[in-house]
Amino acid sequence: MAEHEIYFASEKQLRIYKARKIITQVLLYSFLTLVGLFILFPFWYMIITSFKSTKAFENEELSGQLVFYLNSTNFSFEQFSKVFRGNFNFGTFYLNTIIVAVFSTAFTVVTSVLAAFAFARVNFKGKDILFTILLGTMMVPGEMMMMTNYQTTQMLGWANTFAALILVHGVSVFYIFYLRQTFQQIPNELFLAAKVDGYGHFQYLWKCMIPIAMPTIVTILILSLMGAWNAYIWPTLVASGSNAVLKNMGIDHSMLLVSNGLMSQFTGEFANDIPARITGSLFATVPLFIFFLIFRKYIMRGVSRSGIKG
Amino acid sequence: MENTLNNNPNGMQTVDWDAKLESLGISVKKELRTKKHAFIMPEWAKGWIALIPALIFLILFMIYPILNTFVMSFVNNFYWVGNSGSSFVITNYIAALQNTRSSIHLSWGIENYIKVLTDPVFLRALGNTGLIVIISVPLTIVIGLLLAVCLNAIKPLKGLYQTIFFLPYVTNTIALGMVFNAMFSSSAGSFINVFLHMFGVDAQHWLDIYANRWNMFAVIVIYAIWNGLAFKILVFMSGLSAIDKQYYDAARIDGSSKFTIFRKITVPLLSPQILYITITSFIGACKSYSQVIALFGSGSKNFGGSDQSEWITVVGYIVKLIDSTADSAAGRGAAGCVILLLIVLAITVVQFAVSKNRVHY
Repeated sequence: MAEHEIYFASEKQLRIYKARKIITQVLLYSFLTLVGLFILFPFWYMIITSFKSTKAFENEELSGQLVFYLNSTNFSFEQFSKVFRGNFNFGTFYLNTIIVAVFSTAFTVVTSVLAAFAFARVNFKGKDILFTILLGTMMVPGEMMMMTNYQTTQMLGWANTFAALILVHGVSVFYIFYLRQTFQQIPNELFLAAKVDGYGHFQYLWKCMIPIAMPTIVTILILSLMGAWNAYIWPTLVASGSNAVLKNMGIDHSMLLVSNGLMSQFTGEFANDIPARITGSLFATVPLFIFFLIFRKYIMRGVSRSGIKG
Repeated sequence: MENTLNNNPNGMQTVDWDAKLESLGISVKKELRTKKHAFIMPEWAKGWIALIPALIFLILFMIYPILNTFVMSFVNNFYWVGNSGSSFVITNYIAALQNTRSSIHLSWGIENYIKVLTDPVFLRALGNTGLIVIISVPLTIVIGLLLAVCLNAIKPLKGLYQTIFFLPYVTNTIALGMVFNAMFSSSAGSFINVFLHMFGVDAQHWLDIYANRWNMFAVIVIYAIWNGLAFKILVFMSGLSAIDKQYYDAARIDGSSKFTIFRKITVPLLSPQILYITITSFIGACKSYSQVIALFGSGSKNFGGSDQSEWITVVGYIVKLIDSTADSAAGRGAAGCVILLLIVLAITVVQFAVSKNRVHY
């Protein structure tokens, strides 16, 4: 309220106004802090449980004396060696997820930029009707395609390969639509100027449109990487076994990604070992968190502008 | 002449830019182009070249699956067993066209729909999904709106709170579901039971097979709210920051109460965002799946309870059928998909109709 001047009829009114303001602020902050604790608590629980020994944790659970901090009796690093042990461990999950995330994001961006360019700038017959059809498919829940795509990937022999993870959901109508909107905002005069300078369509795309649309492309990059990291249903369906290509060469390489790898540990080897499971969760969460802290500005802006995920 | 220059490039007509520019007395450095390309591609060819990479994959993995799902759902004796089944994968369409697989006698009809709609598990899935939608979505939206308005009213530490509230968005649904699973375990020392003990409530079963149906539901709703708030707050905040402060000043001069201001200024001016969030979250909740199995564990086949399908959702029902070899699994799954599509479409239509005279753009 520093920029406004408020006049009061009397000292008393001023005091009432000030007191009210303080009370509102106190209430606001306490409410926000309470909700903040509700949001943060699972993270805190995840961190402390990852550093507890299984024995100490089980004792706490049985005795009903849960300890919300770490001390010399419950502290242990034993969980960390567990999640990186054995054949199917977090090293493999990370490697697979990074491969899928990088390649599917690159694939998505290249195809979306080209398609959005065609829809936004090039004139050809059938463009509008095609775009309308694609927009219509955005209404269709992705689960509808799952069933046939599963059958198609089996038929193509893509079961347990990276191709099924990278290519099948590689092209997104939403990203094409989002990029087209950005491309259309670029003034025509720029295109004409480029024409005068002797640029062709694709040179114009490469030298003018892509640099101008960079913020949108960065948003798509980030959303696509995050999506790949969190993908669960599709990887579980088509690639929860050993890599089909490497298997023929006698190498047993699990195709599990972070999310379904975590789930397989949840139900498999760590079904009764809660701290080990939680440590797995920690390892699934931390890379994305670091990514978020570095790109916080871009991520929050991108998500609020585009808004996917229900 | 000015008008031709501003010609809309999105129109259908093909424009000869070179001729147009030259007619304006501007010389086009065509030699720069012709030096590189002996022949200049027509514009439509460029358009299709740019489209083809995306289009191939969209047709194969999106358009075709949508159509195929409709077809599958109306084939009574459709089955899919690995590579050997009589299925409508692309080769089978070709074979059917060439009439080489006359051994397949397909019978058409709505048997799949009847089977699905009389299946008690599907009806339970439908009811469960409906409950999740009706309870968790409005709660999350109201809390999200409240938090966004509160956040907008503070100045110091605003960024910090905003970041904290956003954190669940950048976490893995499965990972945090597993954390909630541990927090809500049934032992006396689990977080929730210790917490309730402070209020004198006895330890309860939450997510295991002995748990009461509504205890399970409580955890599902709590996790849905925890998980869903981030996105809603972010969208509402961006909407709030766009509202002109003068409205609030004017209302304050008129002596309106905080609640009146909220009801008469904030909500109407935020209505586009509220509509957007309502539609996306209703549709999202109709497709609840990972959130639920993340809590109950045991992979894609477990939805809690002693029969492992206490809180099965519609998508869960479909996923269970995808790699199933049970009788007419693929046909039933496809019918389930079509029903899901109809529900999603109905929600969207209803919400647009309801909001028609309530949303101020």
